[in-house]
Amino acid sequence: MPNYTLKINGEQVTVTVDADTPLLWVLRDELTMVGTKFGCGIAQCGACTVHINNTAVRSCSLPISSIEGESITTIEGLSDNGTHPVQEAWKEIDVPQCGYCQAGQIMTAAAFLKENSSPTKEEIREAMHGNICRCASYNRIEKAVELAAKNS
Amino acid sequence: MKSQNKSLNFSRRNFLKTSVLAGGGMLIGFNLLSACRPEAIVPVDISKLNFNDFNAFIKISEEGYVTIFSPNPEIGQGVKTSMPMIIAEELDVSWDKVSVAQGLYDPVNYQRQVAGGSQSIRFGWDALRQTGATTKQMLVNAAAAKWGVEASTCSASQGIITNANGDTLGYGEVVKEAAILEIPENVSLKESKDYNIIGQDIKNVDIHKIITGKPLFGLDYISEGMVYASVLRPPAFGKKLASFDDRITKGINGVLEVVKFGNKIAVLGSNTWAAMKGKKALVAEWKNDAKLESTKDHDTELFKILNGKKFETNREDGNVESAFRNADKIIERTYESPFLPHNCMEPMNFYAHVTPEKVHLVGPIQTPAWTASKISKLLNRKPEEIHLEMTRMGGGFGRRLYGDFAEEAAQISNITKKPIKVVFSREDDMTAGTYRPAIKYRIKASIKDGKITGYHLKEAAINGNMYGLIANFFPAGCIPNYKVSTANYKSKITTGAWRAPYTNFLAFAEQSFFNELATELDKDHPSLLIELLQNVKGTKDERIQYSPERMEETIKLAVKKSNWGNTTEGTYQGFSAYYSHNTHVAEVADIVMKNGIPLVKKVTVAVDCGIVVNPLGAKNQVEGGVIDGVGHAMYGNFSFKEGTPQAVNFDNYRLIRMQETPEVSTHFVESGLSPTGLGEPGLPPAGGAVANAIHTATGERLLKQPFINELEMSKSKILG
Repeated sequence: MPNYTLKINGEQVTVTVDADTPLLWVLRDELTMVGTKFGCGIAQCGACTVHINNTAVRSCSLPISSIEGESITTIEGLSDNGTHPVQEAWKEIDVPQCGYCQAGQIMTAAAFLKENSSPTKEEIREAMHGNICRCASYNRIEKAVELAAKNS
Repeated sequence: MKSQNKSLNFSRRNFLKTSVLAGGGMLIGFNLLSACRPEAIVPVDISKLNFNDFNAFIKISEEGYVTIFSPNPEIGQGVKTSMPMIIAEELDVSWDKVSVAQGLYDPVNYQRQVAGGSQSIRFGWDALRQTGATTKQMLVNAAAAKWGVEASTCSASQGIITNANGDTLGYGEVVKEAAILEIPENVSLKESKDYNIIGQDIKNVDIHKIITGKPLFGLDYISEGMVYASVLRPPAFGKKLASFDDRITKGINGVLEVVKFGNKIAVLGSNTWAAMKGKKALVAEWKNDAKLESTKDHDTELFKILNGKKFETNREDGNVESAFRNADKIIERTYESPFLPHNCMEPMNFYAHVTPEKVHLVGPIQTPAWTASKISKLLNRKPEEIHLEMTRMGGGFGRRLYGDFAEEAAQISNITKKPIKVVFSREDDMTAGTYRPAIKYRIKASIKDGKITGYHLKEAAINGNMYGLIANFFPAGCIPNYKVSTANYKSKITTGAWRAPYTNFLAFAEQSFFNELATELDKDHPSLLIELLQNVKGTKDERIQYSPERMEETIKLAVKKSNWGNTTEGTYQGFSAYYSHNTHVAEVADIVMKNGIPLVKKVTVAVDCGIVVNPLGAKNQVEGGVIDGVGHAMYGNFSFKEGTPQAVNFDNYRLIRMQETPEVSTHFVESGLSPTGLGEPGLPPAGGAVANAIHTATGERLLKQPFINELEMSKSKILG
């Protein structure tokens, strides 16, 4: 099996996996970084969202061979101890119910606010539309993104 | 308050034991599960108990810090936060001195736990308060003994005990002495006006772990040497395995082993991806084992039932047939729902390691006791050899009541002797479900002299029928001639509980029907409901489940808060009210129409769940339940063709997403009554409120879910 070198949360990491292994499973199974979640495997739900060079991507559908050398940020590396404005806003609004999809929601929101620091409600709803929350904590997600925009 | 004393007599014998901790501090054991289910086993003689007989614990350190080990399954309903809040209130400590941990004791003792039916808070209320209050009294008694004064001259608040001279001792300073005292007999409980924690907005105790991506869920669990299993199951209900070829699978990097068990084949891999790839590469032949059912067969069978005479009677008042014969007008409608998958965001998974000594199981499960017992029988192992640990669950909605995925893990580990984790793909999760069964309701009512004189509800369902109590919900008691009849068709398709079983669809049918009756009688929908509720006030019929007074208050609150009847142009409202899971709920949906498709802008909700323990968490449950109800009524569509599910992943199964989400405005009826659950009751009224708003907007009555299919059809008819 081939070796792949990536930069994950600022650290150089080399893994030996099949070329078609999605980044999601490299993170979860090879590196035991389980904050990034498996939801659908076909880039439809957003639970597996991470950043590649500040852009939100779906790690379940990204073969490792396609991202060799890229710089990746996961929920574990988004901030020091949950202090990113989006994470702070999630705490303040008390968003989660079951909590499973929230890492993906937070990563989507963080990348979006980097692009658009003062979004309208409609822009927030559009940006978050790709992430499913089966508990339907959508009202609070919307409020938390608004709050994070205000605070960052 | 006589009833409280009565239950205290019961509790002091049964449910508490205290002990000095070797490392300092005091440990209180109690049975939270005696709180959660009426049938839970409660030990009888406290003198013969050891701590293994308890499943919930409070630890008070010598520094005064309180740790509450909560054993209840957490599926997102918030009990890991709200149940300890109730203890902390009566113990009288400040919440910032309290930490909450998932129970860590011998997993054998995790056998009396369940999450389901919105019952944890309702059944836990008395026992949790008594646990806190009794412990507080023991601490006061210990301090009084230390000072040499009567305990009755001392008081305690916020973790500090004070005597008549103004001397103080912290809880931590007397824990050693308190732990060896007798359990007090007559403790008083606080009055609700004195609450410091109950009624406050308390944040989810796991929030920091959730937002920083710490391992919490079953899918996050890892053990030394663990391998992953992906399971190939029959592709259709009614098929079984004939033969298979695993040559390609075995050539895949990381595939370790292929194991057949029953009609399934497990591929073990050193990582999840290898196991999933290996499964996809299996070449299996299947043969028919039973009739392969399609949705159109179910439609035919259910209509056959509705048009026939073979029904059980769940409740009958007066004589509906005679009311129908004498009516001025009869209205009859049939409402139809599809099967629904649960689609928890965390796909089903479970860890098992079967060794000669024990069966170690770890994962997300709503029914640890039932599952452990099934696995004990399945593997022919003694119950005490089954060790089951629960993780936080990435959603439940009823799917995790059924431990089929845990049984699979146990079987695979039993064969391979490896520590394995079964991981469902989304496709596995959606196609190997225990679905909300398809149901059809036919409701017939008679009107005579402007009054509803008869009401007959028939239920034709797949595999099972509504549980007995539901026939005693509204409008039972309101209409003199009333009947509920049920019958079912036995199907090969596995079905089960789905958030608010039966009522999740029945409420839509009933409240759509009442909206139509209101139109027919030229009355306002909420006014008609209130008028009918007067008929059941003061009833002696103990079978009636709902309170007409509470329902009326709830309806009035929703009417007031929603600005009912006074909308801006282009916004249309629909009303719905429903009692389920001991909670009364009324909802008003505000919609706008865009190209013939409704967009639900806002849902105003009024809820009477008694005392609201944690308003922040309670609102979250209501918001989620309402949006879930709107989403599944609008889009939830799941059908079968020759036994095969027609949707397999989120690209062809539509769940509600952000841009379709209404703003939910939640209002609680102020109440001093015992709290009831909130995981489910927000959901049932939502579909009816939306359907009734669509009727206001378009004049069209939607009788079948999902609405989107009906609306698209009407649109194409109009457009030709």
